[in-house]
Amino acid sequence: MSEIKLKINGEEVTAEPGTMLLDAARKAGAEIPTLCNLEGLEPFGACRLCVVELIRGGRSRIVASCLYPVEEGIDVLTESEKVVRYRRNILELLEARWPLIDKALLEKYKVNTGRMARRDNFCIMCGICVRHCSERRKLNVLGFVGRGIERQVVSYTMRAKEFCPECFDKELSCLKFCPTGVIVNDCATRCPASRDEEAFAKPIRVRDDDNAIAVKKSLGDL
Amino acid sequence: MSEIEKLLNPSDFEAFQKKIVEGRDPNRTAVAVCSGPGCLAYASGKVFDRFKVELLESGLAEEVTLAQTGCHGFCERGPSVVILPDEICYLRVSPDDVKEIIETTLRGGGIVERLLYKGEDGLPVQKESDIPFYKHQQKVVFGDNKRIDPRSIDDYIARGGYTALVKAITTMSPETVIAEVKESGLRGRGGGGFPAGAKWEATAKPPADTRYVIVNADEGDPGAYMDRGILEGNPHSVIEGLMIGGYAIGANEGYIYVRQEYPLAIDNVLYALEVLREIGLLGENILGTGFNFDIIVHKGAGAFVSGESSALMSAIEGRVGEPRPKYIRTSISGLRGKPSCLNNVETWANVPLIINKGADWFKSIGTEGSKGTKIFSLVGNVKNTGLVEVPMGMTLRQIIFDIGGGIRDDKEFKAVQTGGPSGGVIPEDMLDLHVDYDELYAAGSMMGSGGMIVMDKDTCMVNVAKYFLEFLSDESCGKCVPCRDGIDQLLEVLQRLTSGNALEEDLELIEDISLMMKECALCGLGQSAPNPVLSSIKYFKDEYIAHIAEKRCPGGVCKALIAYTIDKEKCIGCGKCMKVCPVAAITGEKKSPHKINNALCVKCDSCYQECPAKVQAVTKIRQADVITAFATSEEAANE
Ligand SMILES: Cc1cc2nc3c(=O)[nH]c(=O)nc-3n(C[C@H](O)[C@H](O)[C@H](O)COP(=O)(O)O)c2cc1C
Ligand code: FES
Ligand code: FES
Repeated sequence: MSEIKLKINGEEVTAEPGTMLLDAARKAGAEIPTLCNLEGLEPFGACRLCVVELIRGGRSRIVASCLYPVEEGIDVLTESEKVVRYRRNILELLEARWPLIDKALLEKYKVNTGRMARRDNFCIMCGICVRHCSERRKLNVLGFVGRGIERQVVSYTMRAKEFCPECFDKELSCLKFCPTGVIVNDCATRCPASRDEEAFAKPIRVRDDDNAIAVKKSLGDL
Repeated sequence: MSEIEKLLNPSDFEAFQKKIVEGRDPNRTAVAVCSGPGCLAYASGKVFDRFKVELLESGLAEEVTLAQTGCHGFCERGPSVVILPDEICYLRVSPDDVKEIIETTLRGGGIVERLLYKGEDGLPVQKESDIPFYKHQQKVVFGDNKRIDPRSIDDYIARGGYTALVKAITTMSPETVIAEVKESGLRGRGGGGFPAGAKWEATAKPPADTRYVIVNADEGDPGAYMDRGILEGNPHSVIEGLMIGGYAIGANEGYIYVRQEYPLAIDNVLYALEVLREIGLLGENILGTGFNFDIIVHKGAGAFVSGESSALMSAIEGRVGEPRPKYIRTSISGLRGKPSCLNNVETWANVPLIINKGADWFKSIGTEGSKGTKIFSLVGNVKNTGLVEVPMGMTLRQIIFDIGGGIRDDKEFKAVQTGGPSGGVIPEDMLDLHVDYDELYAAGSMMGSGGMIVMDKDTCMVNVAKYFLEFLSDESCGKCVPCRDGIDQLLEVLQRLTSGNALEEDLELIEDISLMMKECALCGLGQSAPNPVLSSIKYFKDEYIAHIAEKRCPGGVCKALIAYTIDKEKCIGCGKCMKVCPVAAITGEKKSPHKINNALCVKCDSCYQECPAKVQAVTKIRQADVITAFATSEEAANE
């Protein structure tokens, strides 16, 4: 198949059809922050940190570069005024959930922390652990429950007991891939494999007992 | 239907149709009892049952057709009963009225005047189409409801049903059908207003062995029930449209995605499909033309986000109804990776009309960019609520004042919300805006699927924005950061506003979050979620400022900011407020001014409601003024 020609930050580049903008741009030397993207996993498009400005036929729009494939003749701006502003706002939202977020990133985008209400929950719902477990390990121990702000990652206890020992403490463990850091420790101490729990599913990150009950309820387990 | 005989070719259909039409007497008396959602809530089922019994008893059962039909439109005055062919319209009918209707009207040919609509001038109106609510409407899609028993395919065929399908599959090529729909200018009625013909063409184009056509009947807007009204009342019109689309696009399978909360719509559609299969209008080799088509009904969980096209297709596939990133159009890769065309219920219902009457006829209705009619569910603080169908290009003022009869209790108008939770508010000075996709969009709102909520002066615009965001926060799937955390943080700011704790900078924060969400969110829900907030700031910024700078709620709604007081000049000491107060916060002697003790008051609003309209002594003031207000009235009392 013939290569696709496009411009990234003004520079002509070529890419294989099907290449995502993120990869094409990074290859061309652009720096694009990502959170929910991990090589080897299907792009997920949840964090939206990777947004870039795409100009086609004089019309500009914002797209998530991790799952937008290259197109002939487009202009991609990875650090336009808009992109920078939006990344700043997204980082602001993320920081409210995850105080340990990379400070260098906050500085780079001049993020004004303190405007948002605190939501120290640590999990940013990047879904990497869930996708790692289902896509790479094919074990389906983890899943999402709930909608909106209530959405969270849970582990299904029966499956966890059976399959978590396969990965636990090894290089392939989902714990190794969690970008938030904190959740790794938290998760490890609460790993379902290390505890004897009868619940059908329990939140990866137990916020409090009410939450644990809510999860069970939403799964029809109570 | 009489005997089941499969229709094998177009002339079989013609004969079938002829037999139905000839077997009907256009002057036969028929009683159409509305069983739409509004009327059912007013127990129209009991009215129907009573008719059934009483008609038998009166011996008229043979001469009179009795039908339980879909929504007539004027739900406010339900149960609605229309007597055909004279279109005598009885409103607020109770089971006890049935006997009188039978004796006076059906047998005697007279009128039961007390059940007629009475205009502002107090004069009764006999004919349905003369009632102001109906007079200004143009019922093209929705007009047949009262003449069709949704369970009777004969009723539909008698009114020309399925002739458009037969015309399309026997005399038109798929391309000409698409060309006709394109030419008509029909745009999607479910939200974005995308041109239907262009979408059909895009779906027909890519090479594929399988294609799908799909009806979106998820109808998630709170308070909207246009699609329900059509599907319950005239299911065949949607099915026929879908079949024509299937033929044009090259699909052999259609889906109707209906929310579970619409059991009657589901039943009526399933019943209609069964009948169609029996007579051979659905299935293999329809009328010998070689066109194969069948339809599957998918019951959805009725989440707002499942109405989004990629989420809806995921749900049909049996996966979680969550939106997919949409850089590939569903017209190329939709349901099961096949080219798929999703249209709204009302969009499909327009198709048979366009095929039968032609694109030119359709184009003659509406504005330059928006053709045909649109059904709205007119609700809120308006006198006549219900489902209304108007030609595109009518002004909002005409809809609200001519059809809707103006604001309830003759209060002042404040704003109208169009487009549901993804739309926005429109203020008084823009009421002459036309119902037109592009005009509404330019005003910061949108046509949406047809929700229209009218608000009077006692509405707080900040609170309205908060209401829609609260709805959306429950409906967001929670996958992407902008939508999930953006809505959460916006709500936090609105919470501060309504409780009087917001700062000037909060307006900037709202704007920052909103603009980012509009461009960065993964699907249409998140992208449009800030619209209600942005549009209310745009047109009612003074209300936001009042909440911040003066800690005042101009609509008198936000409890934290208001307090009640009694104007001693106006109070006539009737004692009504005192009686209704649940916490005994009001004191006073008969015939002398009463007083509210704000320390006890729980702001239930009862005294405000109860104070006679002519007196209006109970007034709302700022909570911040309470101490002084109370002190002054105390002083005054001591003097
Ligand atoms: C969050 C969300 C909810 C939606 N809900 C509905 C719905 O309930 N009914 C509908 O017809 N379209 C809905 N839509 C629009 C659909 O995605 C799609 O555009 C529409 O069904 C296409 O049909 P149309 O072109 O005939 O309007 C929704 C869109 C979004 C983003
Ligand atoms: S990296 Fe693209 S959305 Fe997260
Ligand atoms: S439900 Fe009867 S008129 Fe709408």
